[in-house]
Amino acid sequence: MSEIIKNRYEFVLLFDVENGNPNGDPDMGNMPRVDPQTGNGIVTDVCLKRKIRDYVDLVKSGNAGYDIYVKSGAVLNDQHKKAYDYLGIKPDSKKPKDEELTKFMCQNFYDIRAFGAVMTTEVNCGQVRGPVQFSFARSIDRIFQQEITVTRCAVTNEKDAEKGQTMGKKQIVPYGLYRAEGYISAHLAKKTEFREDDLELLWDSLINMFEHDHSAARGKMSARKLIVFKHNSELGCCQSHILFDKVKVEDLSHDLPPRSFGDYKVIISGDMPNGIELIEKL
Amino acid sequence: MIGIAFGIKLKVWGDYACFTRPEMKVERVSYDVITPSAARGILEAIYWKPAICWKIDRIHVLNPIKFDNIRRNERSGKIPAGKVKTAFKGGDVALYQDSTEDTVQRASLVLRDVSYIIEAHFEMTNCAGPDETVEKHYNIALRRMRKGQCFHHPYFGCREFPVQFELIEEEAPASYYHGKKEGEKDLGFMLYDIDFSDEMKAVFFRAHMVDGIIDVQKCLCNGGVS
Repeated sequence: MSEIIKNRYEFVLLFDVENGNPNGDPDMGNMPRVDPQTGNGIVTDVCLKRKIRDYVDLVKSGNAGYDIYVKSGAVLNDQHKKAYDYLGIKPDSKKPKDEELTKFMCQNFYDIRAFGAVMTTEVNCGQVRGPVQFSFARSIDRIFQQEITVTRCAVTNEKDAEKGQTMGKKQIVPYGLYRAEGYISAHLAKKTEFREDDLELLWDSLINMFEHDHSAARGKMSARKLIVFKHNSELGCCQSHILFDKVKVEDLSHDLPPRSFGDYKVIISGDMPNGIELIEKL
Repeated sequence: MIGIAFGIKLKVWGDYACFTRPEMKVERVSYDVITPSAARGILEAIYWKPAICWKIDRIHVLNPIKFDNIRRNERSGKIPAGKVKTAFKGGDVALYQDSTEDTVQRASLVLRDVSYIIEAHFEMTNCAGPDETVEKHYNIALRRMRKGQCFHHPYFGCREFPVQFELIEEEAPASYYHGKKEGEKDLGFMLYDIDFSDEMKAVFFRAHMVDGIIDVQKCLCNGGVS
């Protein structure tokens, strides 16, 4: 087993969408989420975390210690027991303490180790805060939401049979480059035992999560850049906003709306504050 | 009680914030401004030891108060500890939440583009050792705030709303509400903090903003309600 991480990190993930809906808004009839004050597109933190969970579930499926607590879609029941069998649970522990339960959950479930989870007990404990923290991703430019009507030449209900076809709607963003920012705390990593190889898996999942999430709604989504700031200590060496400002995205499309990643230029400033290592993962 | 000389002024800002009103927690509705309890949480994320206890003196509301609505798919329940116990003992239970079965859609009314200055000081607690000095803790806290160091990254009410912070060592910038008519505002009863020494009793106070500044200690003198 690798060691628990000992550095604070911040990261910037740039991802784009072409003719798809990165994250629908349930309040707006599933139109792509948009910040009503600026027109910029939004992808929520939980949407990105869902994709990380799904990716980890896919690549580590059945591996002990990499179970996923919040599963999506079809759940294969026989898998989890495998995960908690391997721990060699002591039969003498008749009344496990809350800390033991928390530790057990952290060791078994990747998403609890990374993001934390809330467990109900009588007192206010059994709550784990994970080291990995996401904010909302926002698009660099204002997005244009488009509704596309499609037809289906079959019907669901018998009473509609004479119609012959039904109409449906698809909500898309023609193009959007989104920027997500995240934080990883070494101190919280200690509490959930988030290790170096868990961190590598997180970087992998950020790079590859869209590759396994293709669907009719999403269109073409890809991770474009992953820039990691590694502090040389647990506490960190610099304010996070200073680091985030080192990554600038310039729009090169001038008067035309941007329609591809080539319409943008990512500028990463080379002068890092003392104690910061810049790692370009993608 | 330590004099105000050992106080700090921390500017905190971010795109979003949600200081959830306890009476509207299912579909979260934020208070108009940061609560002293959330402000304490931000300071503790940067520096805290059992020997010290942060007290919020004043809160400057720098930006206009604006709201935004976000609806998300959320889980409806928590992990039952009993189920974890069974699994821990080797029992055969399905230990997961199914995102299709266990989903509810909840809206949150959150604050936008917030920026505050938290004026605070700390007091020593009974846990302080005999050789611990106020200066020591004060200087560690200052150093961390200057360098942007933190124990874990602070947030505005929920973890998806991260806080950017900066120590203010000179004059505090003026609030948007400074000298304006709406700068004097009765914000109603707000959560002051949870009293952990007394079975997690919630303490409320009548928040009053003058020129964009909430003098928490002064408001408390007008009567905290629990």
